[in-house]
Amino acid sequence: MTDPLLKIEGLRKSFGALEVLHGVDLALDQSRKVAIIGPSGSGKTTILRCVNYLEVPTGGHVWLDGELIGEKRVGDRFVHLSERELAPQRREMGFVFQNFYLWPHLTVLENVALGPWRVQGMARREAMDLAETMLDKVHMGHKRDEYPERLSGGQQQRVGMARALAQQPKVILFDEPTSALDPELVGEVLSVIQELAAEGRTMILVTHEIRFARDVADVVVFMDGGRIVEQGPPAAVIDDPRHERTRRFLGQLGRG
Amino acid sequence: MSLLAELQAFFAVYALKWPEWSGPMGRAVIVTLQITALAYALGLVVGLVVALGRLSRNPFLRRAAAVYVEVARGVPALVVLFLIYYGLVPLGVVLDAVPAAVIGLGLSAGGYVAEIVRAGIGATHRGQREAGASIGLTPLGVYRFILIPQAARIALPPLVGVLIAVLKDSSLASLISAPDIMLRAKDISSSDFLPLHILLVAGALYFVLALPLSAAASALERRMSRGLKSRP
Repeated sequence: MTDPLLKIEGLRKSFGALEVLHGVDLALDQSRKVAIIGPSGSGKTTILRCVNYLEVPTGGHVWLDGELIGEKRVGDRFVHLSERELAPQRREMGFVFQNFYLWPHLTVLENVALGPWRVQGMARREAMDLAETMLDKVHMGHKRDEYPERLSGGQQQRVGMARALAQQPKVILFDEPTSALDPELVGEVLSVIQELAAEGRTMILVTHEIRFARDVADVVVFMDGGRIVEQGPPAAVIDDPRHERTRRFLGQLGRG
Repeated sequence: MSLLAELQAFFAVYALKWPEWSGPMGRAVIVTLQITALAYALGLVVGLVVALGRLSRNPFLRRAAAVYVEVARGVPALVVLFLIYYGLVPLGVVLDAVPAAVIGLGLSAGGYVAEIVRAGIGATHRGQREAGASIGLTPLGVYRFILIPQAARIALPPLVGVLIAVLKDSSLASLISAPDIMLRAKDISSSDFLPLHILLVAGALYFVLALPLSAAASALERRMSRGLKSRP
């Protein structure tokens, strides 16, 4: 059996005295899609932010493709990497933000091309070509020369996905990608995520869209209070949850 | 004599004296512009370095930069000029008036520039930095491609304001005998006994030099506010 592409082990995170992750384990094979669901404040987003070290975990380890992320071993101790050392590791992980965070001073095309050009060291022309390909994938090629402020939320989020794709990442982390959107714009973003899933990309999706999680994910993880309560195939976790807390949460949502 | 006649007599002096004044005043304008441009350039460099110091993770650098800003803003530019021009002589540092003025005004302006740049970078959203980090930019890359360009848009109008302030403060250089607009105006006023006439000329020259800068500042402000208005 081969090692999982992404492995999270004993992940803990405290903000001051408040511990929001109490030791989370998760493993993810190539081309797998994991959806993390759960109530607000359950630590879903914190997991994603710890995986690419936007937040430095208080404990535990993350491996991507066999490489220890955010730390190095010195003797038998683990030492945190500097932001500079982290940069090449983060490049391997696309991150799609709830609030998009496109760069307002750059055009749509430049937003997507910046990584390939300045991180991956492609020639400018080549980076622009790649960016255009990625924009076409999210059906935003026609807006390439617009500035982000001229786009709707759904369009901005699709550009955000193209930006992550342009990193040519091993895994894409989606942090509640539709939570900041007006309801009528959610569909266009979800359908693009579905297309990416169908391409066999590896992804972790933190979401409140239960029905979508069931359709797209191979594994659904239900979290509450900083712990994984249960995980398994969507048919098990969403349609036939074993734990009372999962049932209650899904019941409150009217079962998606 | 009627008021009209008095006014006519007043302005007739200019017709008489301007051929004589225009040469020295023209050269003085050049000196004022030189002092302004060089001092401003120095102020930008010093200000950028100090701003990065204030944003540094190193507590010593942060502290040193904060002290610089307070001193640069709290000590009058004239005192700084005198310190550099006269104060350093006992230490064996003898500077000409123009370089001394450039250094003094530049160091002073640097304090204001630093605060403007720092505020500009502070006004960029944390998510902007995180998005840069998430695609694999190093901290330096995040500054270079994301934070500085965004901060520049916010900081540009107030930075033009500093340029105007440096232009006007450059008149202080006359007090350490740099041959600028103000010094020439004083020379002429004492030799020709026409202080009101020549000082009006000096004021008008500063005003005319500053006017396009003010216009540029408001135009920039209108343009720049567009790009950053709807930051998510």
